[in-house]
Amino acid sequence: MSSDIQIVLPEILLACFAMVALLFAVYTSKDKMTGLLTWATAGVMAALALMIAGGEGSNVAFGGMFVDDAYARFAKVAILLAAAAVLVVGQDAMARRGLARFEYPILIALSTIGMMMMVSAGDLMALYMGLELQSLALYVVASLNRDSVKSTEAGMKYFVLGALSSGLLLYGASLTYGYAGTTLFSGIIEAANDGHVGMGMLIGLTFVMSGLAFKVSAVPFHMWTPDVYEGAPTPVTAFFATAPKLAAMALFARVMFDAFGNAVGDWQQIVALLALASMFLGAIAAIGQSNIKRLMAYSSIAHMGFALLGLAAGSEFGVQAMMIYMAIYLTMNVGTFAFIMSMERDGKPVTDIAALNQYGKAEPLKALAMLVLLFSLAGVPPMVGFFGKYAVLNAAIQSGMTWLAVGGVIASVIGAFYYLRVVYYMYFGDEGEALETPMSPAAWAALMGSAAIMVLGVVNLFGVEGAAAAAAAALVN
Amino acid sequence: MVGLEHYLSVAAALFVIGVFGLFLNRKNIIILLMSIELMLLSVNINLVAFSSYLGDLVGQVFTLFILTVAAAEAAIGLAILVSFFRNRGTIAVEDVNVMKG
Repeated sequence: MSSDIQIVLPEILLACFAMVALLFAVYTSKDKMTGLLTWATAGVMAALALMIAGGEGSNVAFGGMFVDDAYARFAKVAILLAAAAVLVVGQDAMARRGLARFEYPILIALSTIGMMMMVSAGDLMALYMGLELQSLALYVVASLNRDSVKSTEAGMKYFVLGALSSGLLLYGASLTYGYAGTTLFSGIIEAANDGHVGMGMLIGLTFVMSGLAFKVSAVPFHMWTPDVYEGAPTPVTAFFATAPKLAAMALFARVMFDAFGNAVGDWQQIVALLALASMFLGAIAAIGQSNIKRLMAYSSIAHMGFALLGLAAGSEFGVQAMMIYMAIYLTMNVGTFAFIMSMERDGKPVTDIAALNQYGKAEPLKALAMLVLLFSLAGVPPMVGFFGKYAVLNAAIQSGMTWLAVGGVIASVIGAFYYLRVVYYMYFGDEGEALETPMSPAAWAALMGSAAIMVLGVVNLFGVEGAAAAAAAALVN
Repeated sequence: MVGLEHYLSVAAALFVIGVFGLFLNRKNIIILLMSIELMLLSVNINLVAFSSYLGDLVGQVFTLFILTVAAAEAAIGLAILVSFFRNRGTIAVEDVNVMKG
């Protein structure tokens, strides 16, 4: 029992911190404490990331319900660091919009606990509880700006569609439980003999996959993404685009391999179709967007498609590529959103792409950093984003899915258009009203840091490749 | 004799009604919340039926978790609904349209 507690210690510590922080903020001065709380939450998350990174081996707690292996640790470190970075980067922008509420860092901490539970789930119940803890906190932060029509509408849409996806996932979980006779992943995996699951479980598997596809916003379950991204306050959008995406993707792979790893053929085709549809829709639908937040929403749909490409490969190498891709995606998005959330004119947030006209002349350094990040998002060599795409395409080809890889290349060429359009506006657009981009030192550091990583990372990807290989080896065996 | 398949059929029917309620309803957001509840409860019927059929308590434990989460979910849904109503002055589904999509 005490060893079980030892294994879930990071989650318990973060949960205790969230509750103490809530009491502290309520008893003291409420919103005046937001700055302090934000930095404290980010500090605790960073410390926990360090603590988790030092873990070793594969440990199982609570009779298999909670798994702590290299895969979970890789995902948790990435989630914690991304959440901490987004909190720190967004603090200034939140304050400028009068949204410096003390609930925000606490809700982010709670949803981060949910994400940590998700990636460590070894049981359908643990999966569901983690997913709901994450989602419920996210519904609330989406409508954090409760006096804004757009923000509350975004929260409403996110809530209804998120609840629908939870329902689909649960229905699948109930069928899986019924036909496998257990909710433990280690028991479910034995139900698949000769490489296929029975009819009942196949229906369950399909429902579970559609629920998970909602969470990663893969086509055809993506319709909530643009509206929620546009409506939510930009620092919150930055959070939506980073940690929850990695958590959902890691959970997707966890369920597919740990619970249905003996029936790869049964889910591989579905994941491949999800990947192909997401890549193309993300690339094509973004072309007509004039709002940069909606553009980033379609961009994230396309990126999820590429990450699913790695999962569709159904191999250890594929999972490794997926994890590398997601880590790079997180880094790029933190930097890009650090810029987007600073876009202002007369103190009002601006999200129109045309507002970037001639920005390159006014702020050459920031424009250059954005250029690097956008090129990396598009997958232009020699930026790091290219190596992420290369890894997943390579994994797909090695698994004999050349058609899928060809589709991915075509989609990425189409997708490059709208990233380059933003670059075009920055350097060759018409003269217009000047754009202001006031940035806190933290946001500036995030923008420059992630742009620098996109260039310097080509040397050795900062060792992410080795960690991702260990993670993939722990998951697929 | 009422067997497992009867329970599963009822649960499947309720689930489908819930999903259709979510998509076909054009009137009121409260009805969306009710449809979501219907979906979750149909899953509970499924789980309890399987639990009893298999002679395994885990399904019923799962049901209790779902009931708890459904209550929290309804609370959050209503809270968002209230702040939405304060901004828009309506809770008609067709008025959730400030953003196209």
